[in-house]
Amino acid sequence: MRFRIAPAVTGIAAIALMATACGGGADEGGENTSQGSLLIWSDPERADAIKAAAAEFAETNGIEVEVQGLSFGDIQGDLLNAHQAGNAPDVFIGAHDWTGNLVRNGAVQPIELPQDRASGLDETALEALQYDGQLFGVPYSQENIFLMRNTDLAPEAPETFEEMVEVGTELKESGETSEVLSMAVGQEGDPYRMQALFSSAGGYLFGRDDQGDWDPTDLGLGSDESIAAMEKVAEYGEAGEGVLRRSISTDNDAALFYEGDAPFFVAGPWNIADANEAGVEYEISAIPGFEGEEPASPYIGYQAFFVTEGSDNSALAQEFVTNYVTDTEFVLSLYEADPRMPVQTEALESVSADDPNVAAIAEAGAEGTPMPSIPEMGETWEPLGIAQAAIIGGTDVREAMESAHDTIASQIGE
Amino acid sequence: MAFEKNAGASSRGAPARTPLPGGRFAGNGSLGGQLVKIALLGLFTALGVWAVLPLYVAGNWWGIGLVVAVVGLVYWVYLSKRTVPAKYLLPGVLFLAAFQVLPVLYTMSTSVTNLSDGHRGGKEQAIASIEAYSVTSAEGAEEYALTVATTGSPESGDLVFLLTDSEGRAYAGTEEGLTGIDGATVGPSGRVTEAFGYTILSPTEVNARSDELQEFAVPTGEGTGIRSSGLSTAFEGTATRVYDAGCDCVTDSETGVVYHADNERGAFYDEDGQRLAQGWQVNVGFENFAHFLFNPTFASSFFTILLWNIAFAFSVTFLVFVVGLAVALVLHTPKLRGRIAYRVLVVLPYAMSSLAMFLLWRDMFNTDFGLFNRILGLEVDWLGDPWTARAAVILANVWLGYPYMFLVATGALQAIPRELGQAAQIDGAGPWQSFRHVTLPLLMVAMTPILVSTFAFNFNNFNAVWLITSGGPFSPDNPTAGATDLLITYTYRLAFNEATAQYGYAAALSVMIFLIVSVMSVVSLGRSKALKEVD
Repeated sequence: MRFRIAPAVTGIAAIALMATACGGGADEGGENTSQGSLLIWSDPERADAIKAAAAEFAETNGIEVEVQGLSFGDIQGDLLNAHQAGNAPDVFIGAHDWTGNLVRNGAVQPIELPQDRASGLDETALEALQYDGQLFGVPYSQENIFLMRNTDLAPEAPETFEEMVEVGTELKESGETSEVLSMAVGQEGDPYRMQALFSSAGGYLFGRDDQGDWDPTDLGLGSDESIAAMEKVAEYGEAGEGVLRRSISTDNDAALFYEGDAPFFVAGPWNIADANEAGVEYEISAIPGFEGEEPASPYIGYQAFFVTEGSDNSALAQEFVTNYVTDTEFVLSLYEADPRMPVQTEALESVSADDPNVAAIAEAGAEGTPMPSIPEMGETWEPLGIAQAAIIGGTDVREAMESAHDTIASQIGE
Repeated sequence: MAFEKNAGASSRGAPARTPLPGGRFAGNGSLGGQLVKIALLGLFTALGVWAVLPLYVAGNWWGIGLVVAVVGLVYWVYLSKRTVPAKYLLPGVLFLAAFQVLPVLYTMSTSVTNLSDGHRGGKEQAIASIEAYSVTSAEGAEEYALTVATTGSPESGDLVFLLTDSEGRAYAGTEEGLTGIDGATVGPSGRVTEAFGYTILSPTEVNARSDELQEFAVPTGEGTGIRSSGLSTAFEGTATRVYDAGCDCVTDSETGVVYHADNERGAFYDEDGQRLAQGWQVNVGFENFAHFLFNPTFASSFFTILLWNIAFAFSVTFLVFVVGLAVALVLHTPKLRGRIAYRVLVVLPYAMSSLAMFLLWRDMFNTDFGLFNRILGLEVDWLGDPWTARAAVILANVWLGYPYMFLVATGALQAIPRELGQAAQIDGAGPWQSFRHVTLPLLMVAMTPILVSTFAFNFNNFNAVWLITSGGPFSPDNPTAGATDLLITYTYRLAFNEATAQYGYAAALSVMIFLIVSVMSVVSLGRSKALKEVD
């Protein structure tokens, strides 16, 4: 059986088919685009927690809150691209040190916190989320690195770095452990962890201006203080005591501690769940500084909620971050689902009372400094890390630090 | 050739018209064929409409024109009876254009801009951010509890801010200014819940007018206004930076500094060369290319990396070929017992996930905890020294790559009749001579295209380098270019590193890689053609 249909008829039939199909779809589409659905980006670990914690907000305002999970490290880059393309979420979770980059790309909205809301939050946390005196995100949790020690091997928390090395070396020499300390360095260095020792020995990365803001023109890596500090660190490097080594990186540092090969471990809150599972008897204390020098000052990182510039729901988004993210109930319900140390003072107090680890981490971070959030900070990681790794490997300290200084200075200057 | 023969056969005895290929679907079709055609065309049209809608919203008329033209072309080709060859070619050509030509063109157009962090959007966007970000509230400025209302319809009536200050006085703020109101009901939260003559908007109604709300400010003085912060609070703030189109500059009223637009660099600069953080995207011509080729640091990194990249791709291809072929020859010996078991063992690396394997190799090269140093009793810092790191990357890749070569070579060897080798032996050739002059030339016919593609693949073998060394080791003098960096890992670091994403540079580098690989492929494919003709 053969049919002959004029091409024009075929064409009209095709268009008609399409039109009926689309007509059906349009009705359904109409319901979904009801105004008032807030889209939040977060990492998958927190997505459910945020959704649950935001339920009350959703109900009060008669809207829906949707949470999409992205890997935390991808959020910044994806957000910038999505913002440019016009399909960014309304609210997203980010680290406070993204602020400078988000601001220079015009991707976030300034936030004005009412005084009673602001006063409930940690002051340094709020400062960390400011750029040029303007607040851009609402901090809700903080994290800092600390010293985890195996209490079976080292019952007492060391007061100084020297004391820790002494205890660790004894254990290593008696054959009980194979390492003195597990602190990630890696081939490319780890300036984030190294900051604790670097600051204790008197080194500095950026100075601050009169208003207390980070000053990118005052780069301190090539200064005599910083070089002296890295010389102090180099004493414990591969050419010195061999406590700090490039062969220990974030890929194996935790395993060394969990398996009892290292009595001390420079760890972060992200290691706690695994440490509990590994069944090591551990305690948390501050990273000890060098004897007779400054206390070690690790970087503090804050996690915050940001509102995207150009969001279609900016009224709701602003309402959410100013009046809900700052709310004790909200922070506590987030904590229950995903335990991170809150910056909301009331919530922190109530959490610390229940969880000794949280209190210990807060104490370990007492001497900490917020990680600089100026965009120039991004240019420092790689050169500084490589210089630090080279120094731990035994390179000339002055040469390495000065070339890192020059590289960073020329990149910032561009 | 084949086509002509068929055509002749089917038109046996019949005059004139040569039937076209495409069988029943060509001109006249069965009912089923017609229905399938209608469905597919309908689907394609739907796709076009789906693509047009966002373009229409964005006002992109060129884009709409393009979509309409493509849909029109598809209709014409599949409804006309004269366009039979085009019916076969069109899908491939469309896909080629969409997935190959467009990305290349887009990369090329990006490579002549300064697209990077701080230069992503347009100038207007940058100005809007600069102005919006400069609105700050003075220390101790008045805060208000806010209720958003309107005097007209909830969708489009003029917005009014019903405000209560800290002492509970109520005001109505419009675009004209602030006036006190009497008789407003203030709720327990301090917000106005009812006021005569005003319709209070629900949260969703307010939200629907977010764009207006962001612009809305109740003027209270020169540059000062009451703005909303969320749905329930408002604050008095001042914009300290204002753009003036007349001088194309931004003036900071607080510090008195004037920033002038530099339309060549895409940012506002003051007299001392300090810039405002928010810049915009501008065309910089061939500056990105010049930067790589003529800036001493960049140029030396670029050419070192290029040299290593070629050496890497070449040595991996060569070693993989030699090892793969050697193993294939050994296992090709008919007398060998348990050949199948051996073959399975040899192919194993190929069957495992290469990602996991690369990470495993990386750990094996660890100075203190790695397998190599432990077994061999060495203390070599494999990944910390440029030459050992290069050797390590090549070694890991050869291990992962040779099973594939082995498979191909085994297949090719089995296709060569054993009699040829025996004949050579009878003629007095030794095993080496018979391999060199009989087996190898026949083998190369099958292997050459594989070798060319292996080379091209390894030239851009991102995973191999990124997962083992991340391009390192780096020297403190030049932390952007590592000893094992390939052009592709170098590009990736430039474009997506955590510091400043530099898409403009990265695109320029990609264009150069594209040109290099194209030239090499054309040359080597040309040579392999020459080889065939000899054969």
